[in-house]
Amino acid sequence: MHGMQAIEASESGYAVKVDAFEGPMDLLLHLIKKNQVNIYDIPIALITRQYLETLDLMQSLNLAVAGEFLVMAATLLHIKSRLLLPVPEPEDAEEDPRLNLVHQLLIYQQFKGAAEQLEVRERHFREVFRRNPTPPSDATSDEVFLGEVSLFDLLSALQEVTARLPNPIVMSITEEALSISDRMQFILERTAACESLLFHELFDTMQQTSYRVIVTFCALLEVVRLGLIRLLQIDPNGPIRLVRRVTAEGDAAAGDDEDGGVIHYALHRGDNNGGF
Amino acid sequence: MEDSKIAAILEALLFVSGDPLSFDRIHQLIGGERERLMFVLLEMKKGWDQTDRGLSIIEVAGGYQMVTRPEVSPWVKVLERVKITTRLTRPGLETLAVIAYRQPVTRAEIESIRGVDTAGVLRTLMERRLVKIVGRKEVPGRPIMYGTTRWFLEYFGLSDLTALPTLKEMADLAPAEATGSSVSEPLTSEPPSAFVTAVTPAAAADLNPEAQPS
Repeated sequence: MHGMQAIEASESGYAVKVDAFEGPMDLLLHLIKKNQVNIYDIPIALITRQYLETLDLMQSLNLAVAGEFLVMAATLLHIKSRLLLPVPEPEDAEEDPRLNLVHQLLIYQQFKGAAEQLEVRERHFREVFRRNPTPPSDATSDEVFLGEVSLFDLLSALQEVTARLPNPIVMSITEEALSISDRMQFILERTAACESLLFHELFDTMQQTSYRVIVTFCALLEVVRLGLIRLLQIDPNGPIRLVRRVTAEGDAAAGDDEDGGVIHYALHRGDNNGGF
Repeated sequence: MEDSKIAAILEALLFVSGDPLSFDRIHQLIGGERERLMFVLLEMKKGWDQTDRGLSIIEVAGGYQMVTRPEVSPWVKVLERVKITTRLTRPGLETLAVIAYRQPVTRAEIESIRGVDTAGVLRTLMERRLVKIVGRKEVPGRPIMYGTTRWFLEYFGLSDLTALPTLKEMADLAPAEATGSSVSEPLTSEPPSAFVTAVTPAAAADLNPEAQPS
């Protein structure tokens, strides 16, 4: 909701323009400040009413009210209801129902302050330039800013491939001669030939069966684990690219030293079961 | 070697490197007594700081770096080679602040502090290489833990994580005259300072950026 402005109405009828709120905590802090009340002794009835009024207002302005705002509203109402209950015994030492919220607000306030301080630093150091500003990472190309792909990105990409598989056959007894080592070799050959390879291209070249897709996918995980291939993505939902890791000499780099032997083994062992 | 010669070499190294050079690396390159080298380095740094120069030497991300002065930035920015980054959004800064002070930290922990969903912001911070995955927490579900990167230090001009300002107590929210009122009895048992000490970056001080897995 940042970047927008919300109009905040008060009971007296005038309207004040304020910055929109990052979230429920932000709004609560604002109300506490505005009413100049003690954060250790929040007048829950007053704050809850104003909080709900603001939500109504945001809704009437067609600002999307995120679910978190409603959760906080429920929390406030819950606290309010607990405060309305008669206190059983003064020495029963029941915890103030507001305690938790106050604690949360105090911590949030600290980080909000820290964020403001970071912003000051950011503003200063944006005006400071270093020689040859490069993104602080290895082997990313200059023109596109590629992000590392997470396992979940990878899995959703796999899902897309499996979704395109022909209808499942009830039983299949064909003997598959494809091994993970074969597919690793295939991936390395393909990526050596061109600068980058799209994820789905790995699967386009063969007649697809779920066995083959899975073997190929496992092979991909293996070459990534061995540090031979990097997976990169330009935008969060964009296609995933395979890029061969290159050392200064132009050869495929062999991850960590202790992995070196494993690569050799994995690529040259002659078995056909591919580790299944 | 004379001090002036050492200074000249230092200057050249910092100019060419671009990246921050750690003192250890500088010592490795130049050799000699560490104390003397440090003395020359600091003297030179002072020299750059005092005069009306376009460059200065700053201590950042565990090293020393030669950078331009903010006063000359309007002219520097005209150079097309200079990349100007977009500023971080408020959610971005807030999330980064939580990660910086609480690292290693999981997404759920960040969200419990901020009170809002943080997935998109985290992704942006990762893409901007200010935040990275530092491991998994050994609790059910093994959630991913995040930490700040070396670039984070450079971006904010911090020499290391201990250079982060200590989290301020929110005195402005608790008016002095209102404390100790009768109704707030249950809460005064918890002194506000307890919150502050819990969140100083000192806890994160041992996370030397050099030692973090890349």
